[in-house]
Amino acid sequence: MIENKIDWLTIALYAVILLFGWLNIYAACYDESHSAVLDLTTKHGKQLLWIGVSLLLAVLMTHVQPSIYSSMAYLIYMVILALLIVTLFVGAVIKGGQSWIDFGFFKFQPSEFAKFATALAVAKYISSLDNENDYSNIRNKVIVWMLILIPALLILLQHDTGSALVFASFLLPLYRHGMSGRILLLGLAAILLFVVALLVNRFIIVGVLAAIGLIYLFVWLSKRTRKHYVWVTSLFLLCSAFTFSVDFVFENVLESHQRDRIYVLLGKTQDTRGTGYNVYQSKIAIGSGGFMGKGFLNGTITKADFVPEQETDFIFCTVGEEWGFVGCTVVLLLYLALLLRVVRLAERQRSRFSRFYGYAVASILFFHLFINVGMVLGLVPVIGIPLPFFSYGGSSLMAFTILLFIFLRLDQARTELV
Amino acid sequence: MHFRQFDEQSIELLVVETIIAAGGERLCARETMSSDLYQERSNVIRIIFLVVAVIFIARLAVMQIFDSSYKEKADQQALRTITQYPARGLIYDRNGKLLVYNEAVYDLMVIPKMTKRLDTALFCSVVGISRSEFDQRMMKACRFSSYSPSIFMKQVSKEEYATWQSHLYKFHGFYVQQRTLRVYEKPIAAHVLGYVGEVDDNDISADSTYYRQGDYIGKSGLEKSYEEVLRGTKGKRIMHVDVHNREIGPYLNGSLDTMAVEGGNLYTTIDATLQEYAESLMANKRGCIVAIEPATGEVLTLASAPSYDPNLLVGRIRGKNYFQLASDPSKPLFNRALQAQYPPGSIFKVAQAMTALNLGVITPGQGFPCDKSLVGCHNHPSARSVREAIKMSCNPYFYYTYRRIIQQGKFKSIYQDSPYGLTVWDDYMHRFGFGTRLPIDLPNVKSGRIPDTAFYNRHYGKERWAFSTIYSNSIGQGEVEVVPLQMANLACIVANRGYYNTPHLVRFYGPDSARNEEYYKRHETGIRPDYFDIAAGGMYDVVHVAGGTARRANIPDIDICGKTGTAQNSGDDHSVFICFAPKDKPKIAVAVYVENARGGGGYWAAPIASLIVEKYIRGEVTRKDVENMYRTAAPCQKLPLPVRNKRKKK
Repeated sequence: MIENKIDWLTIALYAVILLFGWLNIYAACYDESHSAVLDLTTKHGKQLLWIGVSLLLAVLMTHVQPSIYSSMAYLIYMVILALLIVTLFVGAVIKGGQSWIDFGFFKFQPSEFAKFATALAVAKYISSLDNENDYSNIRNKVIVWMLILIPALLILLQHDTGSALVFASFLLPLYRHGMSGRILLLGLAAILLFVVALLVNRFIIVGVLAAIGLIYLFVWLSKRTRKHYVWVTSLFLLCSAFTFSVDFVFENVLESHQRDRIYVLLGKTQDTRGTGYNVYQSKIAIGSGGFMGKGFLNGTITKADFVPEQETDFIFCTVGEEWGFVGCTVVLLLYLALLLRVVRLAERQRSRFSRFYGYAVASILFFHLFINVGMVLGLVPVIGIPLPFFSYGGSSLMAFTILLFIFLRLDQARTELV
Repeated sequence: MHFRQFDEQSIELLVVETIIAAGGERLCARETMSSDLYQERSNVIRIIFLVVAVIFIARLAVMQIFDSSYKEKADQQALRTITQYPARGLIYDRNGKLLVYNEAVYDLMVIPKMTKRLDTALFCSVVGISRSEFDQRMMKACRFSSYSPSIFMKQVSKEEYATWQSHLYKFHGFYVQQRTLRVYEKPIAAHVLGYVGEVDDNDISADSTYYRQGDYIGKSGLEKSYEEVLRGTKGKRIMHVDVHNREIGPYLNGSLDTMAVEGGNLYTTIDATLQEYAESLMANKRGCIVAIEPATGEVLTLASAPSYDPNLLVGRIRGKNYFQLASDPSKPLFNRALQAQYPPGSIFKVAQAMTALNLGVITPGQGFPCDKSLVGCHNHPSARSVREAIKMSCNPYFYYTYRRIIQQGKFKSIYQDSPYGLTVWDDYMHRFGFGTRLPIDLPNVKSGRIPDTAFYNRHYGKERWAFSTIYSNSIGQGEVEVVPLQMANLACIVANRGYYNTPHLVRFYGPDSARNEEYYKRHETGIRPDYFDIAAGGMYDVVHVAGGTARRANIPDIDICGKTGTAQNSGDDHSVFICFAPKDKPKIAVAVYVENARGGGGYWAAPIASLIVEKYIRGEVTRKDVENMYRTAAPCQKLPLPVRNKRKKK
């Protein structure tokens, strides 16, 4: 058996992000009367405990038989599904979401672990197909999407929209493994149209769409076939219908706080005390950091509880305020390096299982980064999901650690797994 | 922000293009059937990661580097600057007696957002206000700001504060801020000391780096002219407050905090005893007394009547009292010594005599007949010299003298000769400090008026006037106007035999005992001192020799020299007197002006001036009967004055 070296570069990036994250949690919760580093009554003290547990898990993940991940994938998936269902019945409700199973000393959040479980299951299914083109088979597609959407739906039932949305990140590994790029484009176009439809009069949009269609048909194309007419017309009708349904979806499907968050983001409502308060304060905290930041433990906004959730979902504010543009850029570049490294590792896998899983790891991390940082910068509506390895929270840190280190183990065994 | 949107849009376009390109490739790749059909797509995913990172970094750059509004907002909500008000400087008299000091008062402050669960009834009963008053004050505070402190109750006295101090902890959101109020040791020298009041918009815009709404500033008198010395330097403490507006601690450990530096003291030239005495003599009268030490120009007394107790314009009672004083027809707020522009009357003749002598148009032995057909006069023998003319205050004599100054015969036409003479005369008058603002260290001093050729050209037309038009100036009537300070300065010039130091009220100020060098410069009239000996002699005779116009000013054992004036105006004549004493090495020069006091300069102003001189030189007044009589007398014509046409003395 040929054992490759584990990828120490990824581990180093992980460690640096973890350490810097903890420093910022320490700063966000800093209180002079509890400045001791190891004080389990404080959040930074607890986080240190979770870091310890996570490191143990990392060691564990990298020392089990690599083939076990492939063979146990469905089992793990089923266990997590069961846990998600159990949570629906016995879950503790915290901040509107019923996502926690309370063990007293520790609140366990199954939805965090559903991500790597789903990644394993989908990777397993994709790798079990005879060849790559089998993804184009309708039956296979349905099964893959069932695997993804069932946990997402269960999480949605827990009122944890953010965590449910994370499952959209499977689009990227699927795309890498044969899903049509048009789905990505369509998704992007739908989001754009959705936003535009909220801001601009719908009849203007339909008019513009019609104009684009006509220009495409009669100016752009030199030869027109019957097929062209059918496609453009149906696309136009689809877009128009979508545009007109936006209002309905917005008013009837989304919850009121979600509507408010989107309106605040789009600048349709100026509400710096109610719905917009968090983002308003987080932007002030980050913006006031300036180029070099105010210095460690010197943040005036984060230190004075102006930003709610500042050690969890809004932890990036602390970076912005105390470490400034330089600190934020370093953190973002660390994440970028980690993501690109994981993609590179994924590309060198021989087994489709490992490669798909690697891409799932990168995509899940990326999705969290995109939504979380986008949110605190006021670019994305408020969706409460943690910043990987950074935000305070035991479940998320452990789940992300497991997610990453399973992949490192698979990568280490890349020559034996085919 | 436009920049950012553009940036994101263009980046999104890039993503779309990349994805389109990758989607197209898929079709080609399908044909090849290699083991990994979609390897190229890894680049699309990498580019997505990269693009998002670039968008975020660009956004951060805009927020953290280019847009400073976040920093301002952050400081605004997380930092609270607490101003440390310095104690205002003290004011002393020339003998080290304290005139003005400070007393602690307390402003009750409120932060409306923090007054949750307030026991309003208890609060009202403790502080001593009604419920409706409470609501009113609270509304006003809320309108200013719910989150920042505003004054709920102004200037609570130490005694009042002591009664509810122990309850204050029950009222969350209320706290006191210590301020100081001026206290005037004695109810004197109101016009000199001035008063302090809250800044208005003009004050703030004039020095917006120092003043904030609610600050105090000297509004008049020395309080105003030495504001920058007296006010001191404000200190500040910057506190870090949390989201609930609770103080967390000093910001940056207080490294940006500054201590208040208390204001500098003023050591004035005023003699508090003399000032008080002067004010007592001016009781029930309108007018003023100015006393100056001739050798230095130090103002010993500057009393304007009617006056008021400066303590009336302090603190919460100020508004009501100010309104009352401002609407009083006798104008107690008006500082007559500096701002009343009176006809000087006959005291002006001294300056005319000196000018004519120095120009050589008359000699000391010059005589002129007392020809009442030219200008009215009282019954006295014709003057045979300048000295006698001053003693008897002969109007025709100075008519002749002034004619020689104005019409010197340099031009054939009197219409050309008079403007020439007037220009020469103007120059001399200005050397005496007339027609110009004496730069005393008090605000709003008036210049008086010495008419010049431009003035008469404007009124009568060019070359349409001559000596005959303007001769009233010779006896201090006509177009001439003088402020009492200039009259006292004239007495100083004679006392000094030809020069003066600008009258001033502050010897030195501040911790370094700074002084204004301007006040140590001599202003020479350029007239020979021996001519002033003649004037002094004439002024000695006014008091001491039979036929003098102010025999009532005689003080046993003190050689006082004076000159009376009786200034005509729309009401009863003003009574004027200037004097200095002793004749040699004078210690004090005085001008007294009593408005609309029938009886002339010799009757009212001269005895009052002599009492001032005696009080200052001897330390006490021996003529108790005179003192009592003038203290209690109320000679001034009642206001409002009857409307009468202005007339000139014939």
